[in-house]
Amino acid sequence: MMDGSKGFDDALTSEQRIRNFNINFGPQHPAAHGVLRLVLELDGEIVERCDPHIGLLHRGTEKLMESRTYLQNLPYFDRLDYVAPMNQEHAWCLAIEKLTGVEVPRRASLIRVLYSEIGRVLNHLLNVTTQAMDVGALTPPLWGFEEREKLMVFYERACGARLHAAYFRPGGVHQDLPAKLIDDIEEWAHEFPKMLDDIDGLLTENRIFKQRNCDIGVVTEQDILDWGYSGVMVRGSGLAWDLRRAQPYECYDEFDFKIPVGKNGDCYDRYLCRMAEMRESVKIILQAIEKLRALEGQGDVLARGKITPPPRAEMKTSMEALIHHFKLYTEGFHVPAGEIYAAVEAPKGEFGVYLVADGTNKPYRAKLRAPGYLHLQSMDYIAKGHQLADVAAIIGTMDVVFGEIDR
Amino acid sequence: MSEALNELATLLEMRMGDALVSHHVAHDELTVTTTLSHLVKLVRHLQHDESLRFSTLVDITAVDWPGRRKRFEMVYHFLSMYLNHRIRVKVDVSEDEIVPSITALYPSANWFEREVFDMYGILFSGHPDLRRILTDYGFRGHPLRKDFPTTGYTEVRYDEALKRVVYEPVQLVQEYRQFDFMSPWEGAEYILPGDEKKEAAK
Repeated sequence: MMDGSKGFDDALTSEQRIRNFNINFGPQHPAAHGVLRLVLELDGEIVERCDPHIGLLHRGTEKLMESRTYLQNLPYFDRLDYVAPMNQEHAWCLAIEKLTGVEVPRRASLIRVLYSEIGRVLNHLLNVTTQAMDVGALTPPLWGFEEREKLMVFYERACGARLHAAYFRPGGVHQDLPAKLIDDIEEWAHEFPKMLDDIDGLLTENRIFKQRNCDIGVVTEQDILDWGYSGVMVRGSGLAWDLRRAQPYECYDEFDFKIPVGKNGDCYDRYLCRMAEMRESVKIILQAIEKLRALEGQGDVLARGKITPPPRAEMKTSMEALIHHFKLYTEGFHVPAGEIYAAVEAPKGEFGVYLVADGTNKPYRAKLRAPGYLHLQSMDYIAKGHQLADVAAIIGTMDVVFGEIDR
Repeated sequence: MSEALNELATLLEMRMGDALVSHHVAHDELTVTTTLSHLVKLVRHLQHDESLRFSTLVDITAVDWPGRRKRFEMVYHFLSMYLNHRIRVKVDVSEDEIVPSITALYPSANWFEREVFDMYGILFSGHPDLRRILTDYGFRGHPLRKDFPTTGYTEVRYDEALKRVVYEPVQLVQEYRQFDFMSPWEGAEYILPGDEKKEAAK
């Protein structure tokens, strides 16, 4: 019954017969969050079928990685999920460190946690506020972007780049943080909850926001398993699944934080989860700062060895250090043959890298497992039966970024 | 960690011994190899067995090994959110073989299998919608195969005269830079320029 008659045959004169309507949503649509093209089949305002066309931002990252050294590949990770760049680099570094068996120094590990959580706040700020814009609120993104700007300044002060950081390196982080920067991050972390309260006040009890989000895009436990969800898409439905807790990496096991979960699994609960997660991230940031200032938190930020450069000062006097530096940045380091899957709890969900090394200085194959890819895949399933206007709310809540989906 | 994985492997071997070709634990990860004909049976077992419960499909991908008799290697990653463990399943596939789709067991396999088809040209039987996914409409070839050049074969530009986008064969203004970084001291199998005579003299 594709003519929309729904089994009734009293309106079947040729003039009255109604056909389903096909529209293109995107690729140039502000609510498509990038270059997403959805082919929607509508029955009136109800979505009957939704076919996402992706790949408009495909850059062949995985192919390019096969012809570059491990270190040269690192910046590609910033360009995947460009909303929270360092979290992606983290997965790549973890994969290399596992294969080479390198132990990251404590200070580097703490800095990684600190910046991963800053990345989480960056991501959730963008997602929560632009999702609110998709459903009709203009002010939140203006406030959220103001705060993001401050965080990007922290990125810049650590590594020199606002977005494409290339700060996490195999064996640690590129440079140590100056004390002033740590002070400023702490000051920000004390002020930020007030800003969250403001956004809270704008959205949480807002009638329009609730009407547009409550009971929209409900995800059940079975849906989570069927569609391979991770991150907030899981936690919004009441499952307390978080890789930071379930399979701790780096030094997340010594941090005290809660995992917020939702109850109904709708867009509104996922919004609440993201807001709560930002508050938890701020807690982790403050703990990380405290640990960085403690005596155990001092020291080098790179595991000095084959895969990291020698200290600058040493290069001035040691011939071997100079040769090592030169070889590292031309030939690169070799990773022993083997395969590894390393995953991190990126803000959007489980971001993983499957790395096949063949013993040379380049990866034989690297597969990037992006959480958004699976989330967007279920678009047809989730959006079916919803209104056209809800499609924007659902895309927003799935937290899709095309850098990582199209790769 | 490793003991638990070894236990898991033993358990799996007891229940599904005929489906397993080999298994090993490396870097705290369990990898099992199976055959094409046993793949669906094994995956169904992994999903439904109470002591395994691999509820989530994490990833499907392939690796191209042109030198091998069976060229491709399909790699599946599964995760159990309930028992908190992971497993990797591998299957060797030759160029003319068709892989059974697991979309009936895990709907999320749909796009992964489309991507493998797109990137490697491996066909899946029983897949509801096997189209290209990441590459351009009307793209030819399978980019992640090792014999596909990184630059590709065609490039696009907007033609001002025709008022549309045109496809043309790739023209490189500068030779594609594929540096060989291998150290001549560590097993590089070539003769450095100028060393040919030295070799001849020996």
